[in-house]
Amino acid sequence: MKIAKAAGAAALAVALLTSASLSSLAQAADWKPRKPVEFVIMAGPGGGADKMARLMQTIVEKHDLSSRPLIPVNKPGGSGAEALVYLKQKTGDDHVIMVTLNSFYTTPLRQAALDVDISTYTPVARMAEDTFLLWVHNDSGITTVDEFVTAAKQQGKEWKMAGTGRAQEDELLTRFLNKTYSLDINYVPFKGGGAVAKQLAGKHVNSTVNNPSEALGFYEAGTVRALASFTPERLPLFPDTPTFKELGVDHSYFMQRSVVGAPGMSPEAAAFYQGVFRKVYESPEWQDYMKKKSLRGDFLTGDALMEYWINGRALHQQMLKDIGDL
Amino acid sequence: MRRAELAMAVVLAVFSCYLMWKSSELPIGWIPDRGPGPGAFPFWLAAGMLACCGWIILRWFRGVGPLVKSEEAYMDRHALTQFLLGAGSLGVMIGLIHVIGVYGSVPLFLIFYMRVLGGHTWLKTGTIAILTPVITFLFFELALKITLPKGFTEPMFYPIYDLVY
Amino acid sequence: MMEILSHLIDGFAIAVQPMNLGLIIFGCALGLFIGAMPGLGSVNGVAILLPMTFLVPPASAIIFLAAIYYGAMYGGAISSIMLGIPGASTAVATTFDGRPLAMQGLADRALVAAATASFVGGTISVILFTMFAPPLADVALAFGAPEEFALMMLAFGTFIGLGGDDIPKTFFSIFIGLVLSAVGLDIVSGEPRLIFGGIPGFMHGVNFLVLAIGIYGIGEMLWTIESSRGKLNVSQATVSVSRILSCLKDLKSTIKSMVMGSFLGYFVGILPAAGATPGSLMSYGVAKTLSKDPDSFGKGNVEGVVAPEAANNAASTGSMLPMLTLGIPGSPTTAILLGGMVIWGLEPGPRLFVDNQDFVWALIASLYAANLFAVLINIAFIPMFIWVLRLPFTMLVPIIFILCVVGGYAPTQDMHDVWLMFGFGVVGYLMRKLDYPMAPAVLAIVLGPLAETSMRQSLLMSHGTFSIFFERPVAGPIMVVAIVLFLLPLIKMIKDRIKKPAEGTDA
Repeated sequence: MKIAKAAGAAALAVALLTSASLSSLAQAADWKPRKPVEFVIMAGPGGGADKMARLMQTIVEKHDLSSRPLIPVNKPGGSGAEALVYLKQKTGDDHVIMVTLNSFYTTPLRQAALDVDISTYTPVARMAEDTFLLWVHNDSGITTVDEFVTAAKQQGKEWKMAGTGRAQEDELLTRFLNKTYSLDINYVPFKGGGAVAKQLAGKHVNSTVNNPSEALGFYEAGTVRALASFTPERLPLFPDTPTFKELGVDHSYFMQRSVVGAPGMSPEAAAFYQGVFRKVYESPEWQDYMKKKSLRGDFLTGDALMEYWINGRALHQQMLKDIGDL
Repeated sequence: MRRAELAMAVVLAVFSCYLMWKSSELPIGWIPDRGPGPGAFPFWLAAGMLACCGWIILRWFRGVGPLVKSEEAYMDRHALTQFLLGAGSLGVMIGLIHVIGVYGSVPLFLIFYMRVLGGHTWLKTGTIAILTPVITFLFFELALKITLPKGFTEPMFYPIYDLVY
Repeated sequence: MMEILSHLIDGFAIAVQPMNLGLIIFGCALGLFIGAMPGLGSVNGVAILLPMTFLVPPASAIIFLAAIYYGAMYGGAISSIMLGIPGASTAVATTFDGRPLAMQGLADRALVAAATASFVGGTISVILFTMFAPPLADVALAFGAPEEFALMMLAFGTFIGLGGDDIPKTFFSIFIGLVLSAVGLDIVSGEPRLIFGGIPGFMHGVNFLVLAIGIYGIGEMLWTIESSRGKLNVSQATVSVSRILSCLKDLKSTIKSMVMGSFLGYFVGILPAAGATPGSLMSYGVAKTLSKDPDSFGKGNVEGVVAPEAANNAASTGSMLPMLTLGIPGSPTTAILLGGMVIWGLEPGPRLFVDNQDFVWALIASLYAANLFAVLINIAFIPMFIWVLRLPFTMLVPIIFILCVVGGYAPTQDMHDVWLMFGFGVVGYLMRKLDYPMAPAVLAIVLGPLAETSMRQSLLMSHGTFSIFFERPVAGPIMVVAIVLFLLPLIKMIKDRIKKPAEGTDA
């Protein structure tokens, strides 16, 4: 009851907020941060989200997009739970924004006690979507998904998949593979994408579902091989790698790289940050980075971003239910 | 020291039990095919803490161990005063950070400690009490870009931000 | 060999360009101060200065950041020795003998020893780095979760004898450190653990620094206030050029420990996930074991400063190896450096040494240069640090407390951690009075998470059978050595008991 009410109020607030921000652009242009802006990162130093946040911060400084600096603060606790609760405590604060990823969906779903409703948060920008591929070691001799399935079936639960975190992106994809091809892959969680890539390169595990940015180094050195991508169309960086869709399994999955503001941020402030991150998105540095790391996705903001989140949450709720984690 | 030794061991034993109870909210047993559950590591280590406390208590009653025969006071009057002044003033300073921020409570703490406890001259005390926050601001906020808590004094810093950024 | 040399000369040509040289000197000096602040370490320096570096080209930027890294590694020893507060986990082992030396009025000796050892460690490791980077990258790759666990056991094994004389209290200290290290998110199960009623501050776990600053900064300081009875300075210290020179001369006898520490630190450092902390601890343990006078360790033996300092600097160079050649950071600091390289459009990984030779060799050359300048700057500042120690007690104490509070706040920017630190300080003081040793707890909180996670990952891989730790070609031998190290004190104890059964039961 309480939650429904809160969600209703939040939806109203968001609607008001975004319409206000659209109708009063001229007025919004006047708002500027008065003090350094807290730039919360929902992950630890050195991870993918952290790298991207620091790149955004660098671009903001380089092009002098904000009158006050963005101060990155890592809050990795509890798969992002700490960061989400922190933002909730900062409701109405115009000087707190956060870089977020898919744990934005999964953490509030899995940890209901947090009482976090992501639809109350202020949409700022979706900067990119990261893609996923299925990787094996080159020495395994496996070159196609079919061969992968045969080998994994043969080894049963001795087939090991390394990934980041429990009940997060990598495990969701592993469970999906298990279900689709009736496999029994043994999923072993590690601390970050880099560590995962190393497990495969060192042959401690048999496969991974790394992002391109994490496995790229070993891919270019010819140590690992991509079998297929979880995307609707082939990735420009991997023109010879088929998509799962081509192989008859229509499953696309992305990692969002978005910026979110504290709940109840004033429309003027939200408009300011939306403007800043639009410029970041359009900067040559960001575009270049997206191309190099095989990132995709247009710039999304306001209502469209909120809708994207609501859909994403529904999708993850279903996925978590499917693996029996909810 | 004698009584303190026993009291500390008992307090720590109770704390160990609390940790064991908290850890056991997660599976503490062996999960077939996966190894120990998430609660196992803290649970059994807390059990180890408890065992150590038990060992200390046991040897106390047997009258062996380094501190059992010590008749020295655990905290004499002097120690207690020093402890209360040191830890107390530090605690008050940390508490004040929430209200008046680092740049308010740091000078107050310095004035209290240097002038009241140390008996330094006002000139010396004043210089340090002003210099410390200024250097802290320059080093942390400006050079390292770490913002320190300011409590309700936040708006007073807006003009400074206008100046420095 | 000739090829390497010519690359290196090219690298030096880049590193000694006036701007780059200026950046190295400035970076070293800045890093030194950041490292010397309790709570701030190379991670902070490198992370926060990252955006500043877009003003200069990538090679200069990474040179600057590497200089800060080196400077901070040198600086970490300063607060360990002078204040007894390890500024970073890598400097914990330095406090064991550095602090007693400072208390005896020999702070200058300890500081000179630390700087020299850091220089030797840094230099040896850079040379190793120059000659054997690619083959060692394969060694790093061969380390999976079971090997990491075996290495952690080895680290535990080497410092098992480091605790106090009181056995149950030493064990209690180890256990409580390990339990505290379990607070926060459990990676393997994805469940939050011991967050005590969902307090958000506990979700990121109990940071090593919070415990170390609480216990060493606040707890020890309260203890000093009490025991000094308001009269003493923190330590009497003097300094002069001739004293520094004579200190340098005395260091000749410790050269063996320095070299041993450098090699050990370097090899542990190149293993991803391990980093410099286990390296410095193992080096301290080995130096103690090999010493003719092991009982003087912990009471102010210069070798106890030299060994871990050489090791932690060597390890910080070592941890750059997996970052550059594999794209895997060996420490949080290199993780940020890695991020920096990505921002500048460089791709760390197996191809870096082929595609971006200029950059790699400029970096290596700047490591040589940064090392040299860091030691010079460090020694030049020693008189100033000594002067600080001679301030009156009632002036130094509040300033140290303020450093602790700000330093406890800075890494996470969360007041929760400041309160936690205060709590650890008060409890640590009360326990310290009853002779509970605190160093084991501080070390356990660093190694605990690495050990637990790697053990459980291995068991997931092996479906719960322990044989995985013994069957693998690298993990097996390390594990056996570790077990022997664990059993050594026990065997010694039994021997002693048989020899002189009349003596006390609990000593």
